[in-house]
Amino acid sequence: MQPFEYAAPASVDEALALLARHGADAKVLAGGQSLVPLLNYRLARPRFVVDVNDLPLDEIRVDAGRVRLGALVRHSTLAASAVVARECPLLTEAAALIGNVRVRSLGTVGGSLAHADPAAELPLAMVALDARFELRSARGSRTVEVRDFFSGYLTTVLRPDELLTSVDAPPTRGAGTAVEEFSRRPGDFALVAVAAIVTIDRQGRVENARVAIGGIDGVPRRIPAVENALRGEPPATDRIARAAELARAEVTPQSDALASGEYRTLLAGVLTKRALARAVSRAMAVPA
Amino acid sequence: MTTRLLINGRARDVDVEPHRTLLEVLRDTLGIFDAKEGCNEGVCGACTVLLDGRPVSSCLVLAVATRGKPITTVRGLERDGDLHPLQDAFLRHGAVQCGFCTPGMLLTAYAFVEAHPHPDRAAIREALEGNLCRCTGYTKIVDAVEDYARNRCG
Repeated sequence: MQPFEYAAPASVDEALALLARHGADAKVLAGGQSLVPLLNYRLARPRFVVDVNDLPLDEIRVDAGRVRLGALVRHSTLAASAVVARECPLLTEAAALIGNVRVRSLGTVGGSLAHADPAAELPLAMVALDARFELRSARGSRTVEVRDFFSGYLTTVLRPDELLTSVDAPPTRGAGTAVEEFSRRPGDFALVAVAAIVTIDRQGRVENARVAIGGIDGVPRRIPAVENALRGEPPATDRIARAAELARAEVTPQSDALASGEYRTLLAGVLTKRALARAVSRAMAVPA
Repeated sequence: MTTRLLINGRARDVDVEPHRTLLEVLRDTLGIFDAKEGCNEGVCGACTVLLDGRPVSSCLVLAVATRGKPITTVRGLERDGDLHPLQDAFLRHGAVQCGFCTPGMLLTAYAFVEAHPHPDRAAIREALEGNLCRCTGYTKIVDAVEDYARNRCG
């Protein structure tokens, strides 16, 4: 690891002042589960590291009808939260799939989102949930919708002087939700991951479906073709299967050392079907 | 900078450069070889220690960032100089081959059983999936943890 200057500010304002001063030469250290490997390999060589772990940003609360997660909520805390399990169980399921137990002990919600790995679980879940991000800097704060937050592979719209302080999403009470992913070894990033959110109307038809896929492009994205094919339809197994097949036509993943593009395309269909089937059965089990 | 590390219940004031990982400081500065360096990217589990009672990869934590928080290495499992019952179970079951993964296995299993006192075999396997044994001696490790968890609760 290359040497750097280190500061652990005690307040958000102090952290923002440091980021304003050191800007592009600084890296924010939260749980460190993505940054420290990059430091170990000298792929990241910041001159300044701003350790934000002392900031009061680890609260989970329901606020103005949305579930709000402080950026420093740890994956293990998210996975164990009763509030999150009740209001947004997609996040409970996604958090439990992240990395290994050690990554979940320290890794944070804000860190995972700011790092923006296209195959990571939380960016995917936030895309499916239509989350909003609160970004702060010494200049002020702004709210960014998830569709505008991720701008490419490992890239977001966060400016060098900005800190992601919280993320919020609408609760999914009444919906059925599920995450499916496939990786060769437990703990690896998924080759492909799919999140699904389904609501069923009183006639037993799909009222709304949201499907997001990660691991395919530089950013996780929704698949409207699949969503539209289900809306208004009874969620029979064959209809789910046909809708899921549409996902394959909507993706053109690259081949890399881990998997071929063809294999990822196949996974997109299979995992979409599994995620939808589980989300539908959970939506049917919701008491009317 | 001088940093106070709390290792196995003992405070150690150490002069630590900010870019040193906890693993480097334990091994290179303090001569505590309980945590092993395997992958240096958080995947193998050989460098596992408990931080605030939770398993972490000491290769992925800056030592300065652990100031004032309790750190437990495998030696911290001992009770009055005797092996911890979990360590006894590893011995009885022959759950140690080369031994390189053993400290990480013990600490991960210990923290898991503290949080989940009645695990079934599948849950134990899942709990240990982030700790790699390159001797592939997993069966006896799971046997040992299962035995320990069962006897611990009587």
